Amino acid sequence: MSGVDGTPYAPHTDAETAAMLAELGVDDEEALFDIPDAVAFDGEFGIEPRSEREIREECSRIFARNDDLVEFLGRGHYGHYVPSVVDHLADRAEFLTSYTQYQPEVSQGFLQALFEYQSMLVELTGLPVANCSMYDAATALGEAATLADRVRSTTGDTVLVPEQLREGKRAVLENYCAGAGLTIEPYPMADGNADVDALADRAGDDVVMVYAENPTVRGCIEERLAAIGEVAADADALFTLGSDPVSLAVLQEPASVGADVVVGEAGALGLPTAYGMGLGLFACSDAFLRQVPGRLVGAAEDASGDRAFTLTLQTREQHIRKERATSNICTNQAWVALRAAIHAATLGPDGLVDLANDCVTEAAALAARLDAIDGAVAPVHDRHHVREFVVHVDQPAAAIASDLESEGFAVHTVDEHLLQVCVTDLNAGQTDGFVAAFEEVI
Amino acid sequence: MIHDQADYAREDGVHEPLLSEKGETTVDVRESSPLPDDLTRESLTLPAPAEPAIARHYTRLSQMNWAIDSGPYPLGSCTMKYNPKFTEDVAADPNAAIHPDRSTRSEQGNLELQYRLQEYLGRIGGMDAVTLQPPAGAAGEFTGIAVAKAYHDHNGNDRSEVVIPASAHGTNFATAALAGYDVVELPSGDDGRVDVEALEAAVGDDTAALMLTNPNTVGLFERDIADIADIVHDAGGLLYYDGANLNALLGRGRPGDMGFDVMHYNVHKTFATPHGGGGPGAGPVGVVDELTEFLPAPRVREAEEGSGYERFEPEHTIGKVHGFTGNWLVLVKTYAYVARLGDAGLADAAAKAVLNANYLAERIDLDVPYGPFHHEFAATAGDRDAADVAKRMLDFGVHPPTTKWPEMVPEAMLTEPTEIEGQSSLDDLAEAFNLAYADTDEALDAAPNRTAASRIDQVDAARNPRLSWQALDES
Repeated sequence: MSGVDGTPYAPHTDAETAAMLAELGVDDEEALFDIPDAVAFDGEFGIEPRSEREIREECSRIFARNDDLVEFLGRGHYGHYVPSVVDHLADRAEFLTSYTQYQPEVSQGFLQALFEYQSMLVELTGLPVANCSMYDAATALGEAATLADRVRSTTGDTVLVPEQLREGKRAVLENYCAGAGLTIEPYPMADGNADVDALADRAGDDVVMVYAENPTVRGCIEERLAAIGEVAADADALFTLGSDPVSLAVLQEPASVGADVVVGEAGALGLPTAYGMGLGLFACSDAFLRQVPGRLVGAAEDASGDRAFTLTLQTREQHIRKERATSNICTNQAWVALRAAIHAATLGPDGLVDLANDCVTEAAALAARLDAIDGAVAPVHDRHHVREFVVHVDQPAAAIASDLESEGFAVHTVDEHLLQVCVTDLNAGQTDGFVAAFEEVI
Repeated sequence: MIHDQADYAREDGVHEPLLSEKGETTVDVRESSPLPDDLTRESLTLPAPAEPAIARHYTRLSQMNWAIDSGPYPLGSCTMKYNPKFTEDVAADPNAAIHPDRSTRSEQGNLELQYRLQEYLGRIGGMDAVTLQPPAGAAGEFTGIAVAKAYHDHNGNDRSEVVIPASAHGTNFATAALAGYDVVELPSGDDGRVDVEALEAAVGDDTAALMLTNPNTVGLFERDIADIADIVHDAGGLLYYDGANLNALLGRGRPGDMGFDVMHYNVHKTFATPHGGGGPGAGPVGVVDELTEFLPAPRVREAEEGSGYERFEPEHTIGKVHGFTGNWLVLVKTYAYVARLGDAGLADAAAKAVLNANYLAERIDLDVPYGPFHHEFAATAGDRDAADVAKRMLDFGVHPPTTKWPEMVPEAMLTEPTEIEGQSSLDDLAEAFNLAYADTDEALDAAPNRTAASRIDQVDAARNPRLSWQALDES
């Protein structure tokens, strides 16, 4: 009987199993398997089944081994407060336990939610096409590079990226570039922003894509985005801009500075801190509509003449185009996109702008307080910041970070004497304790 | 059974208004921003519904959406299982919600869970090492093929081709291309399996890998897998296992024992993590000893002297395939599911999945040209249009199977009921098949009739793409 020595999630009674086997004319399930003895497995995994309660207790014990720290961490993964309504609506089983919308007539709800998500990104980026998700910011950047390779295939194979870039993001980009035969080359930064003159000197026929971030990995707002866009345009290279939907609520609209593609971490909305799990934002101009990676939801009409929604332009995708597809992506982050959309709707434009403004003022305020401490300079870069900034410490940064951890606070170590500190609505209430600890350990 | 899906319809041909149609607000960004004007946008216009309106909007949308909790969802090769509720609660543990850049000593709990899951998956697949980083099945494929490429490069073998059976998932072809390989497509043999002679002819010095799904996409076990492995290995290639159909093998066969060198697991299929309307999933990759040093970084291992767990970088790592550690919440749910079932439950899941597929196939009036199949079968709609039959099935309280694929079966209806359906549910499913299959051409053309939307014109949607509410306003 299932549940005792079988899976608790199969409903068969012994009598039903017997009846079904009888209908098939076999004695047991084993007779239905066609696995040659030579490759059959008759060993054990050694995985003891546990009850629901035991597993909850077990995992609770395991997770309690994480230290209880107040995190001042960012660098691409951000925690903002996610309202309860997001969990409750997104957790509705009709959303959570559904599959990709291959039968649109019976999947209108999720399709409309994704259409709305796409629309929100269109507003935030100013670009007319947004897909309904990639895995995360890093893989979205990788997809942007392969897009550039497809649409700018004339002469070049170089992707220019800022020298200050999250290492993991660059490592992912390298894997996407390797298959396309693209080479990544860093361009210099000047005081936390792109060195636009150096970038202009370097740009040329061999460049297929110029990537910039706003804010940068160190939280700096780029002050000459339009100039970067012009450098890219002059080189006939794709201008890809990295950002996130919270920052985009107040920063320059990417379309207005000539961005061809916007990538980034849309999980800044909808996802709480989740150990790096993300939501890849991908938007682009109309010119690349048929080269976009990933799924797109479009408006349609049904036989009654009513407005409906459907996955569309699927001939770009792997299940139809196979090795000529624009990407290999199939499963994406649809449910996280749903969460981001609900979160954005809950905030509304006022709430979203307030949240972004707070990310600017809280970062400036905390930097000023740390700067007042002897042995620390913050922010290192003379720029405006969103959420996070770099701090110079006279002592070794790693030792300071370690001491801070002993005091219950986590920060990034980015260089021998550089720390990075991120403040959002989640930890803004704990900056007093943080500043006191900082003063103590320094 | 009859199913009338909930529908909200207004006289103007709109089912549920878009959020934007419920009222948008424009905010003057520069008025409130602490930043200089040249660094900001002028304004932001987005919907601003009150929370009750949001709750109602998304509840209505959810009611216009089929899910595994609504009823049978037998999409072939998709393994739509019931997603145990408690796994959501395990994943929601606030102590696990930490930032990935923490110090090793302060994230011991999350490292331990990763280590345990790596161990479980290694044993289930017969693999020596596992990475949890790939965020989906296709990302797992990309990781596995990149690992294979790094291995060949390391050994000074410049190989340019990946061999893939014609019946394989589209992702296999796209993955090989993304990794920079030429694709050699292998036609299926008359029995629906790999044609060993054709394989011998296809592999050679240029072969980097053969990507294989087993049981294959019509549910057949590749009986010649030992010979297939020898042929590929003798040519210096590697054998890649696409884990989409692993549910059929749990406890009875392991890719590692069949000669596979590298594989991915689709945890959102085999291990019941929810598909979430298309994702997130996770695609951990397992490899044999020879390939472990090429896996993505970092990996997780036990630290020396019982001092917990640590991250480390494999010597010849391919680098990273996800910005951080992958789809963490999904991995936690995977662990909880595997722990719940254990050895006996996993083996029973495979047994019941295969029993269900065979029972359902026995009860339907459509022919199933290839067998013996395991957890899924490809029925043929014969002279009926499989897509039309599927649309008609929507009226009978079930989701239809995958249609018109794989192409080796004409008008294919690839069906995978999984272990979660009982006998009466399978009987309902069979009845839906049979009623739809026997229905008139007119009825099929007019279907579906009971869903929130009637038949959608996909050709027009693609010809006239409107991908945002802004585009709708313009048209």
